[in-house]
Amino acid sequence: MIRSVLVMNTQGKPRLTKFYEFWPVEKQQEAIRNVFSVLCSRAEHVSNFVDAESIFGPDSRLVYKHFATLYFVFVFDSSENELAMLDLIQVFVETLDKCFRNVCELDIVFNYSKMHAILDEIIFGGQVLETSSTEIMKAVEEITKLEAQSNAINLVSKSVSNWRSR
Amino acid sequence: MAGSSIMENLFQRTLEDIIKGMRLQLIGESAFISKAVEEIRREIKSTDPHTKSTALQKLCYLSAIHGLDISWAAFHAVELMSSSRFSHKSVGYHAAALSFHDATPVLLLTTNQLRKDLSSPNPFEASLALQTLSRIATVDLARDLTPEIFSLLSSGRVFVRKKAIAVVLRVFDKYPDAVRVCFKRLVENLESSDPQIVSAVLGVFCELASRDPRSYLPLAPEFYRVLVDCKNNWVLIKVLKIFAKLAPLEPRLAKRIVEPICEIMRVTGAKSVMFECVRTLLTSLGDHDSGVKLAVSKVKELLLDEDPNLRYLGLQALSVAAAKHLWAVLENKEPVIKSLSDEDSNIRVESLCLVMAMVSESNVTEISGVLVNYALKSDPSFCNEILSSVLATCSRNVYEIVVDFDWYVSLLGEMARIPNCQQGEEIERQLIDIGMRVKDARLQLVRVARDLLIDPALLGNVCLHRILCAAAWVAGEYIEFAGNLFELMDALLQPRTNLLPASIRAVYIHSALKVLVFCLDCYLMQNEDGNLVVGQSDLFIGKRGSVAPESATCQSSTLEQHEDLTFNPRNTTESPEDHRVFENNADTTVTQGPAITHESMVGLLDRIELVLGPLTANQDVEVLDRACNILAFVQLVKAELIDNATQEVNTVDKKDTQVSAIITLMRDAFVTDLGPVSVSAQGRVAVPNGLDLKENLDDLSAICGDIELPSSSSFGIGGPQFGTSSDTTSIGLLKNEESGPVNEATSLLEHRKRHGLYYLPSEKNEIVQHDYPPANDPRSNSNSDEAAELAKLTEKSLVLKKKANQTKPRPVVVKLDDGDVVPLPISIKKPESRDDSLSGAIKDILLGSTTKPSSSQSNPSDKSSSKRKEKKKLVAADIPSQMKENLGDAEAPSLENPGSSSKDHDHVKERRQRGKEKIVEGEGHDQKARKKKSSHRHGKHKTRQKASSPLNVVSQTPEIPDFLL
Repeated sequence: MIRSVLVMNTQGKPRLTKFYEFWPVEKQQEAIRNVFSVLCSRAEHVSNFVDAESIFGPDSRLVYKHFATLYFVFVFDSSENELAMLDLIQVFVETLDKCFRNVCELDIVFNYSKMHAILDEIIFGGQVLETSSTEIMKAVEEITKLEAQSNAINLVSKSVSNWRSR
Repeated sequence: MAGSSIMENLFQRTLEDIIKGMRLQLIGESAFISKAVEEIRREIKSTDPHTKSTALQKLCYLSAIHGLDISWAAFHAVELMSSSRFSHKSVGYHAAALSFHDATPVLLLTTNQLRKDLSSPNPFEASLALQTLSRIATVDLARDLTPEIFSLLSSGRVFVRKKAIAVVLRVFDKYPDAVRVCFKRLVENLESSDPQIVSAVLGVFCELASRDPRSYLPLAPEFYRVLVDCKNNWVLIKVLKIFAKLAPLEPRLAKRIVEPICEIMRVTGAKSVMFECVRTLLTSLGDHDSGVKLAVSKVKELLLDEDPNLRYLGLQALSVAAAKHLWAVLENKEPVIKSLSDEDSNIRVESLCLVMAMVSESNVTEISGVLVNYALKSDPSFCNEILSSVLATCSRNVYEIVVDFDWYVSLLGEMARIPNCQQGEEIERQLIDIGMRVKDARLQLVRVARDLLIDPALLGNVCLHRILCAAAWVAGEYIEFAGNLFELMDALLQPRTNLLPASIRAVYIHSALKVLVFCLDCYLMQNEDGNLVVGQSDLFIGKRGSVAPESATCQSSTLEQHEDLTFNPRNTTESPEDHRVFENNADTTVTQGPAITHESMVGLLDRIELVLGPLTANQDVEVLDRACNILAFVQLVKAELIDNATQEVNTVDKKDTQVSAIITLMRDAFVTDLGPVSVSAQGRVAVPNGLDLKENLDDLSAICGDIELPSSSSFGIGGPQFGTSSDTTSIGLLKNEESGPVNEATSLLEHRKRHGLYYLPSEKNEIVQHDYPPANDPRSNSNSDEAAELAKLTEKSLVLKKKANQTKPRPVVVKLDDGDVVPLPISIKKPESRDDSLSGAIKDILLGSTTKPSSSQSNPSDKSSSKRKEKKKLVAADIPSQMKENLGDAEAPSLENPGSSSKDHDHVKERRQRGKEKIVEGEGHDQKARKKKSSHRHGKHKTRQKASSPLNVVSQTPEIPDFLL
């Protein structure tokens, strides 16, 4: 299964973190720092694998991809295929690109819940459930609509009721 | 209230505000966060759900991105989960998934809400609940919600059903009894026409099978169908993973799947699927030659690919294959060796492992030599990677593959001089270990040690101190092999030794004492008649037993050695300035080296006094004690020598003097051979009556920190050789040194009295002993390995084996010495040609030239290639016959089949009945199920088969066993 998904920028600032097992936050932050220190020392055009057992415990592997100012990192165990995980990063980034039209770091910084909604459609409890970015987009749009609806009702009703109570 | 809520609403900062504020803040991130949290703590208590949800959302953000602990907000998350508005609900669920763990107390409150949302008509609400459940499900939650999940497993919406399938994994994990309820439906989903569903189910089975593969063997037909029919790459990868787990358990199954997997590998365009096939074939189907051959050919493609990822994975696949199919590595040695100089460190390390896998007795010299040279030029971390793997490979199984120890010892010396070398401890261990195990290597060992010791530059490198320590010990212990004693003494006493840590300096001083004793002994011998020498040697024989011949030869050949060995290296390799520096007050030694004259002896003694004199005020007790010992000895000897010098005519009488007696005694003591010690040796010492080893003695250290160790001397391995007490008063004691520990303890007592000091009595000897001679884990390992193997062969006589171990304390050394001689004539011809090509290839790559790429293949006497050819031939010729065999095999077991299948059948029936009961139980009587928790594990296993078997019974009962054939 997939253990963790991390997105961080080239300064080491985390932009998205997801752990599919419970990890205390301090350990999360430490792992992120360790991962970054390994990643930033790697040259361009080398392989996308990093030995992760020292950071995430036995039977853990790590693949990453470097896009512009961001590192996308997937940590997983021997039940996943390394190349498939690289493809999955590609799927994730393509979906983000569709969603935000030419995705850049700021989109990821400012769309916390949407990022999670997208990721949750792809990976569920550490398992890959969806790999088609159109399907993912469909579900995410539905969810966004649903949230907007409920919020709209919320605002209107509240302001109306408040007006009346005066 | 309404007013306040509208104010809150209007003025509350949203998540976006927080993010923006964080980017613009001037007060520092942590100050900003704590201010924001303060604000959130206020807002989250609001009764207005919108305010609350915004606050919680901000908190989640801070937790995920900035590592804030939000466990205190757990209750608010539960509150929001029960909100009727989707946006609030989703924030609540997100917070729960983010921060809850098994011990979160409010988890108990979520059960009903989860149940409600799981059965919600809105698929997105059900999806939210499932999502959170997949992270937070506990035993209780899993048990209580099993019915809901069971019904979702057949939900009409794929969107929900696939998530329900995935959540089953966590539920089974926490509450194995859920298997009885859900397993059947899970398996049914395998038949679904929707690839997403199939993919989800296989994902679950892949996880389950990786924990306990045997339970899922009965599902093999289902998986096989997927393997053959499915075209989806994700699904194929999962099913391959499952078969990789199942195939080793059932050879008949393995035989069946090899062909389909090979077919997929040939056809597929996806590298990921192809690599998964390769990995499956190499890890789990290694016995099927056709598959392995195809896989290796694919690996070759990977190794030659542009993409570094594929090269890396190719190397990984090769190292999987290396254990069983070394030929696969040899076949690909060129790309492997080329990878050693890849810019990617992953690839370098992987290929280093493979190169080391190729090392054998016959090519170890070339490969190691080239690698060590390469280490010189590589970056520090890879350099040490190389060195440690060379060290590990060569010392494997007590230096199994090392034939030429002279070479290996010199290699160790070379390694020590590599600037980035961090392997000091391992080199130290091996230098000493070889000294003790391999007699024939000692001469070279001492030469290497001398080269290390006389180089003052090395003393400045902290990483080398451990190696120098070993060198000093070796030089002292095997001093009889030394070329020039005076030069060694100079090295041991050189001024820069003050750069060494005290413990190592103590070793230097102790070695100096050994050298001095040996010098004096030689000096005395030299001045005696030939007869007397012989007599003396006889004496040695008497005392030293097995070691005697060696000592005798060395005694008599010392002089020749001096002439042969010392001058050549001195004039050629070492620049004389190196040591002249330290020899200003004994310039005679350089020229007169071997001939130990009276003057040179006196000079030597003077110098020891001069150099070590200041150390009697040293802070460290180790150094202090040793310096005192050696100085006292020097004074004693000097008095006598100078006496003799005045009446020069009587030199012949020297041997009668007290001093010569002492010297001889000390020489005898030092000359005893130290052997390697088994780690289990301590265990064989019977614990004396009344000694409680487990008593806690912590309090003691406070009371008597200074006097704690005297008793430990009784565990000394070789008390005698450390009889260094030099007091004039202890001469008598020295005479019966053989009785060791007691004497030492008393002489030390006296020593202490004399100095009025009560420093750590625990003779440094003791400590040094622990530092040095017993460092030989591998040896003991090999002992136990041997024992284990032998025990396997003859399972009855464990006891006998152990005794055998006891009775031969150093069998390995003997074996190694034999190995020195025997294999050479036999194995010299064939393997060497291969090695040449291999190491030549390494050289080519590492040194940058790329000539003669295929010389290895064209070499007719090349062992590996001939092997390969053989293999190819074998395979080519055997394919038809193998097929026949297969057919035969397939038929043969089918005869057994009826019996086993009917047995299965019975089981199945029985299980089916029980299974049905259980399902009812599972749904209705949770209490009962809870009672059965204790037998979960067992139950799990059984029930999985149970649940799956009905299906099989219905559709293909007769096929299961057939298929497995």
